[in-house]
Amino acid sequence: MGLLAVHGLTKEFRGFHAVHNVDLSVEEGTIHALVGPNGAGKTTLFNMLTGFIKPTAGRIVFDGEDVTKLPPEQIARRKMARSFQITSLFDQLTVLEHVVLALQAETHLGYRFWQSEKMLGRFRERALEILAQVGLAEIAERHVVSIPYGQKRALEMALVLALEPRLLLLDEPTAGMSLDDVGRIIALIRQVRAGRTVVLVEHNMGVVSELADRVTVLQRGGVLAEGTYGEVRDDPRVIDAYLGQTHA
Amino acid sequence: MSVRPVTVRYAGYALALIAALILPHIIYPVLALNIIVWGLFAVAVDLLLGFSGLLSFGHAAFWGSAAYAAGIAATRGGVSFPVAVLIGTLVAILLAIPIGYLSIRRQGIYFAMVTLAFAQMIYFVINQWRSVTGGENGIQGIPRTLLGLDLSSATTFYYAALPLALIGYVFAFRVVHSPFGHVLVAIRDNETRARALGYPTHRYKLIGFVISASLAGLGGSIYALGQRLADLEYARWTTSGLAVIMTILGGVGTLWGGVIGAVVVLLLRDWLTTRPELFGVATGGVFAVIVLGFRRGILGTALHWYRSGRPDAPIRRRGLAAARPDPTTVPRVKPEKGGR
Repeated sequence: MGLLAVHGLTKEFRGFHAVHNVDLSVEEGTIHALVGPNGAGKTTLFNMLTGFIKPTAGRIVFDGEDVTKLPPEQIARRKMARSFQITSLFDQLTVLEHVVLALQAETHLGYRFWQSEKMLGRFRERALEILAQVGLAEIAERHVVSIPYGQKRALEMALVLALEPRLLLLDEPTAGMSLDDVGRIIALIRQVRAGRTVVLVEHNMGVVSELADRVTVLQRGGVLAEGTYGEVRDDPRVIDAYLGQTHA
Repeated sequence: MSVRPVTVRYAGYALALIAALILPHIIYPVLALNIIVWGLFAVAVDLLLGFSGLLSFGHAAFWGSAAYAAGIAATRGGVSFPVAVLIGTLVAILLAIPIGYLSIRRQGIYFAMVTLAFAQMIYFVINQWRSVTGGENGIQGIPRTLLGLDLSSATTFYYAALPLALIGYVFAFRVVHSPFGHVLVAIRDNETRARALGYPTHRYKLIGFVISASLAGLGGSIYALGQRLADLEYARWTTSGLAVIMTILGGVGTLWGGVIGAVVVLLLRDWLTTRPELFGVATGGVFAVIVLGFRRGILGTALHWYRSGRPDAPIRRRGLAAARPDPTTVPRVKPEKGGR
């Protein structure tokens, strides 16, 4: 059994099955991509894995523990960290403060309303290391609203890394990126996967072919095919799903 | 340009302290104390509105119940005035825990309405519970003593009460500039993301709510002893409204702006003391001008002008006033939908 196992996961929105009876097993140390045409249920599945949407039925087991009913903050504390498809940052914080906030999350220092913010200095060194890893060390003191999109995406990655996750859940990490930036993110994911497991929702098939060990193709809320990139690419059902009923 | 922002900041605090010390010699001491405690009340509202993004329309519940508790403790229990203030503050905290627990699950206008509803419940309890609260007569002639000292003079009481109020102000500053304050601002800006990082955001918001209520309670307790009266008016919804108006006049998210708002509103009320019917019109007029013309509020606008000459000044202010860059210059990042 894998690090992350999903059994019969279903989400029904008023009679519409966004995700229907999905089984999934993510092996430790692999990069597992979730792909599929728009509306296939990738995002709903992703949000259920991270606790943001409660499933109608089914179970999610992470490292032997049933996490189906846990809220997002509890899931994050179990070292399952997610990134966001739409860049989701804190307007008021600098780049460095973002990473400090993430590092601080697993301590209980956040409750200390009676102490000075200066104590957060202890996270500075580690935060700068993480920023250097994603290539943002030079702009650590910049205010996040003033940095370009590609760097915001890199900061998303830095926030996930700061949580020291065992499982990274990346929701379209290359969404809306220029070709240069895509190359940088691919290199970054390669670099950070060491010792970790990655679940990747991705539209860009180039990225999937470069990174993924396993690919699960979703369609209309169900699993259509699963295998290596080569296997699913040549699967006629997958070609059908992506190109429509062209040779019917 | 050569003056460091930190120097300016400390100069500001020194000036404020001097102003607080000489205030009862400029205006009459009862009014001076009112400004200090209403300012604290407005700071409490801003702690919640500017730094947690929650507009409470029911803070009179804490201000009023603390005033009654302090008044009853001093009148019936005969305790000294700092003990009465402590008891009032504790009552506000005890009320804030269940009220906050039930309110913080809602946001925006719903949060405001839930807090208003709870405040109305407190108001009716105070009104009906005559044997304890005196109904519409309130608690009158509240004594104030301290180790046998005579504190009946308003000036003496001002200086006796000022340290307690200052503790409240310092505490508010500490909270905003603490690790907790950082998390609170992050939750305000993007709650979904904060949860994804592992922060139980409801718990943080509840703590913020209780802290804010405790400051309102501290202010309300001192107010009752200063007025020697706990009146039903203190718990009325208009009292919540007045504190919100002071906060907005001074500048949401500036923390200290509410004090300036309190100065404006209370001086206005004092000048119009013979024409109370004009007070509402005058306050409303000032409010409209500030909101339409200077949407950052008085202190918020002043700070904005000061900073706009210094683009390299470090961004220290975390309040909502600074949190909203002009929409014309900076695109706002939309938080992703999801969660509960």
